[in-house]
Amino acid sequence: MKTKTPLLFIIFGMIALLLAMLFGLLAGTQYLLPDFLKESLPFNSLRPFHATSALSWIILCATGGLYFYISNSDEVKLHSDRLMKIHLWLFIATGIAIYTAYAFGKFGGKEYLEFPALLIVPILLGWVLFGINYFKSFVGKLKNWPVYYWMWGTGIVFMIFHLSEAYFWLSPYIRNNFIRDLSIQWKAGGSFVGSWNMLVYGTAIYLMSKIKKDDQIGRTKLAFFFYFLGLSNLMFGWAHHVYILPTAPWIRYFAYAINMTEWIILFSMLYDWKKSLSQETIKINFLPYKFLMAADLWIFLNLIIAILFSIPAINMYTHGTHITVAHSMGTTIGINTTILLASVTYILSLVSSDWQKDLKKMILGFKIFHLSLIIFFFALVLAGVKKSVWMYFTQDMAFSEMQNSLHWFYLIFLLFGVGILIGLSLIILPTINQFIAVIRKSKK
Amino acid sequence: MKRTSSTRFYMGFLAVLITLFAIYNFTVYTKTNPESDLLLSREAIKGEDLWQQNNCFSCHQLYGLGGYLGPDLTNTYSTDGKGEAYIKAFLNSGIKTMPKFNFTEKEKSNLVAFLKEVDQTGIYPNLNAKIEKTGWVTLEYKSQKAK
Ligand code: HEC
Repeated sequence: MKTKTPLLFIIFGMIALLLAMLFGLLAGTQYLLPDFLKESLPFNSLRPFHATSALSWIILCATGGLYFYISNSDEVKLHSDRLMKIHLWLFIATGIAIYTAYAFGKFGGKEYLEFPALLIVPILLGWVLFGINYFKSFVGKLKNWPVYYWMWGTGIVFMIFHLSEAYFWLSPYIRNNFIRDLSIQWKAGGSFVGSWNMLVYGTAIYLMSKIKKDDQIGRTKLAFFFYFLGLSNLMFGWAHHVYILPTAPWIRYFAYAINMTEWIILFSMLYDWKKSLSQETIKINFLPYKFLMAADLWIFLNLIIAILFSIPAINMYTHGTHITVAHSMGTTIGINTTILLASVTYILSLVSSDWQKDLKKMILGFKIFHLSLIIFFFALVLAGVKKSVWMYFTQDMAFSEMQNSLHWFYLIFLLFGVGILIGLSLIILPTINQFIAVIRKSKK
Repeated sequence: MKRTSSTRFYMGFLAVLITLFAIYNFTVYTKTNPESDLLLSREAIKGEDLWQQNNCFSCHQLYGLGGYLGPDLTNTYSTDGKGEAYIKAFLNSGIKTMPKFNFTEKEKSNLVAFLKEVDQTGIYPNLNAKIEKTGWVTLEYKSQKAK
């Protein structure tokens, strides 16, 4: 089995996830204790550290998974191992450069891409190499791709486009007009999340198909219908991030209409949900199965929230509150992270003969993680409701008073954040160990 | 193996979507906001540079977008009792979690210029927005604001 570079992607991804949680908890502590680490690691450094680490986890793990599945596929061969290695080390070097910039307080980018703008160049280059390697592996070599190959290809191409779009502000034409600039920033941001979702959801369908050993799962008309629906939402559905911006109304009308198509996905899932419950659990794939089921629950919860706040009348009240944070945590942790951990544990069962060694510990970790996430999520939703009431229905209460009144929610949020860290560590640390052992063995 | 007709259909559909997307993007980039054609001044752009270099948005929001540790600053400039002197007083104060910055007078003016010009682009929170039966929200634009 070809494993080394893909596993390294995933190992670095898991390290990034651990860092994301640590930085997140430190940042959360500052909500409760304003002076905590204020001099050495103020919130405006911690937040980028946290967000960049979290994004890196998703990107590195999804990418490593793709490389692993393609390298070990019976249908195709990865075009170039060399390009894959260059991609890995380019990303790792850029990651180190970004952390160094943050540590020295050198920012300059926009939200979620806070590093100095020049550092986007190696990141884009890495994606382009990935794209070349991906399409050269498939085009002309395999016909009638199942839907997950479409999704992965789409994810890579749109990632390159939207990451570039996120830097349009470097042009004065965009930047001079504040509303235009802010709209495009959120257009790009919303859509690059859509792009990595193509990679992650593609992985989910790939796993379902492989676990069930049913090739048809990726080939049905329904699967393609959802792919196109998802793609339309990626392209046109971003504007619910900026409903409250004074942009041209048609942009918002259009997004509203497109977003409402997601109800279709929801109904269909409700329907499948029932069926999936009666499926027998497959012993060998116990952990991936668990994670996929958890993802299912979170997709369901988040879709309800997302669809609700794609309705402008509701969005007006949820925008700018912790309900948005609940949604982004619910999707990045509840959906993306669980699907990626399904992928990681699936790969683990393929590469390591004694993957069951730590199974008990990992199942315990899963339980702690999942329970904590649920409470964490609802603490944020409730904090958001309180903030919204403050914004729209309370007169004359100072911002700091409102923050103080949220104290208990922040405490719960922090405590169960620790729960998430403990739970996920119980899964990640043994997995990193086993992956390293596999890499060591393959060298001998 | 030949391409099946469904694969060809999917490729065609994808081509249509991408064409629509191109037209859509062009329109979004060029016609974002008919109401406010205000352009930021040189000072304000310098202020925005400082805003980004110091990650003010990690704690503050503009139009509700940003971090939640500090208050939204969209209309701080024009709020009764706030304004230029008020904003300047905060910048190097190190109040609560806000870092103790060391801005020069020039830099403070740039930041104020940025916040002042952002303030002119619109209203947030949009307390007078009208909620329609269709779920739509009609925003109040700055130019309509009753003075
Ligand atoms: C680490 C978080 C943080 C960062 C970074 C930060 N601030 Fe603040 N800021 C706050 C908090 C918290 C308050 C509210 C203090 C209070 O009223 O309790 C505040 C208050 C303000 C106010 C007064 C707002 C009002 O309506 O009363 C202004 C203006 C302001 N900050 C500007 C800035 C600018 C400009 C930057 C970047 C150079 C910045 N802040 C960076 C946390 C931060």
